[in-house]
Amino acid sequence: MADLGLETHGLAKRFGRTTALDGVDIALPQGRVLGLLGPNGAGKTTLVRILATLLRPDAGVARVAGYDVARQPAHVRRHIALSGQHASVDEEIDGRANLVMIGRLLDLSGRDAAHRADELLARFGLTEAGARRVATYSGGMRRRLDLAVSLVGRPRVVFLDEPSAGLDPARREELWQMIRDLGADGVTVLLTTQYLEEADTLADTVTVIDQGRVVAAGTPAELKRRVGGHTVTVRVNDPADADRAATILAAVTGHHPERSARQVAVPVTRDDDFFQITAQLHRQAVDVSELSLRLPSLDEVFFALTNTAVAPASRRS
Amino acid sequence: MTTSTIAPPPHRPSRQVRHSLILARRSLAKTSRNPGAIVNGVVTPALFLVLFLYLFGTAIAGATSDYLQYLFPGILVMGAGLTGLVSTGTNINIDLKNGITDRFRSLPISRLAPLLGSVLADVVRYLAAAGVLYLIGTLLGFRAQGGFAAALAAVGIAVLFGFCLSWITVLIGVTVKSAEAVLAFSFLTFLPLQLGTSLATPATSLPGWLASWVGVNPVSAAMDACRALLNGTPAGDRVTTTLLWCAAIFLLFCPLAVAAYGRRE
Repeated sequence: MADLGLETHGLAKRFGRTTALDGVDIALPQGRVLGLLGPNGAGKTTLVRILATLLRPDAGVARVAGYDVARQPAHVRRHIALSGQHASVDEEIDGRANLVMIGRLLDLSGRDAAHRADELLARFGLTEAGARRVATYSGGMRRRLDLAVSLVGRPRVVFLDEPSAGLDPARREELWQMIRDLGADGVTVLLTTQYLEEADTLADTVTVIDQGRVVAAGTPAELKRRVGGHTVTVRVNDPADADRAATILAAVTGHHPERSARQVAVPVTRDDDFFQITAQLHRQAVDVSELSLRLPSLDEVFFALTNTAVAPASRRS
Repeated sequence: MTTSTIAPPPHRPSRQVRHSLILARRSLAKTSRNPGAIVNGVVTPALFLVLFLYLFGTAIAGATSDYLQYLFPGILVMGAGLTGLVSTGTNINIDLKNGITDRFRSLPISRLAPLLGSVLADVVRYLAAAGVLYLIGTLLGFRAQGGFAAALAAVGIAVLFGFCLSWITVLIGVTVKSAEAVLAFSFLTFLPLQLGTSLATPATSLPGWLASWVGVNPVSAAMDACRALLNGTPAGDRVTTTLLWCAAIFLLFCPLAVAAYGRRE
């Protein structure tokens, strides 16, 4: 068996009468990034808290970095780090002091803790800000410090709970690059997110959970394929050609195309349809400016899998 | 996995103490930017000192200078109780709320360390408060008549008592939902515990029902013990009683608080 960074079998947790997790199975090889997606209250946070040894499962097994979270929590804690909405830094002291303190708690000597702190400040672009109180930091700087603090002990598994919630797009992109670097370092990452774009860009594999159950798992591409077929979109130069293009698309696929002035789009289910469409467009000399075959976005996948549109809003977070 | 055979360092007492001291320093660094706890540990007892002294001094003891000798040791003990009351319970509760606690609990450190660290920081805060109170007392005319060693022992007892009492607030801090609730709960206990004592007047001068409460109140024992040591009068069994109370409170509330902290979801 390949080394697994994370592994759960039949993990279950109840809070009173609410079932937060109802038999979750996950297997993630060391060094991969898993995107955990699900609507609010799906059980994402509960799962992270069990894996981080903050909660005990009612049933099932969870292994992190090779150790059982229920039986060997002390071993697990040596190899994990928690960051994101449910972890935090001290606002009243400066950024560097936050890093040094965690280093000292991880039994680094004073000198090693200081050295590690400076290294991480540099890596996360916080060298200048290191001597300033965290209370003066911007949201993006604080997230970066939070991530830096979680890396002090060189963890093998990092849990990022909604790491970019509330960041503007530029800051988010910055943070994403830092998370990609983690994966490149061989760190196993479990990322919970509500931004599908985030899972799409960062995760090697995605697990979608809803009401405490895994409803889908696979690479982003696999999930997209699984949920819906591809869409062929044709954009024509001359709006007068749009009708002919629509006729071709309808004839080949048997579906009713969606159209605007210059653009026609239709779902395709057979692999051969795309080539049939291009051949027909060519034969009938339709002047095409753009022709694309695309997978559904992860948003569409997510909504299809979790039926979010009809989900009750009152589930437990 | 090759590293599976590496055992984590055991929770050796020396490691626990070192982690606690690191976290105590954290707590103190936070206080120095937010000195409310010390202010409260000084201002409230100092207010009671001045108020009682000039309101009741002449009536109870005939002269304020005599009354000061009686009143001041109790004020010192009150300061110990109050410093911990306001800082520890609230700080721990705030940490639980904002997520720092999750970080600590996912670190390979003992669950005792963050709590002990916070209480140890209280000891330092209390020593600072005691120093200021002692200065105020001396300016008002208080003189320790039991000698230097006895005065040190008195402060030691007050600190120890404050340390043990803090574990009650720690337990409240990790169990109760919000910091406001911690404060409300703490202040509810202030009146019977701190004022229902021999602080202002000996238990013998009180009506029967109150005298019996004051008699069993552990805070009274600590105040009596400090008073005897500072004034060089016989302490009787009050020092022993105080130490027994300290042990009982600590041994009951410290494990309860640590267990509640570990279980908190």
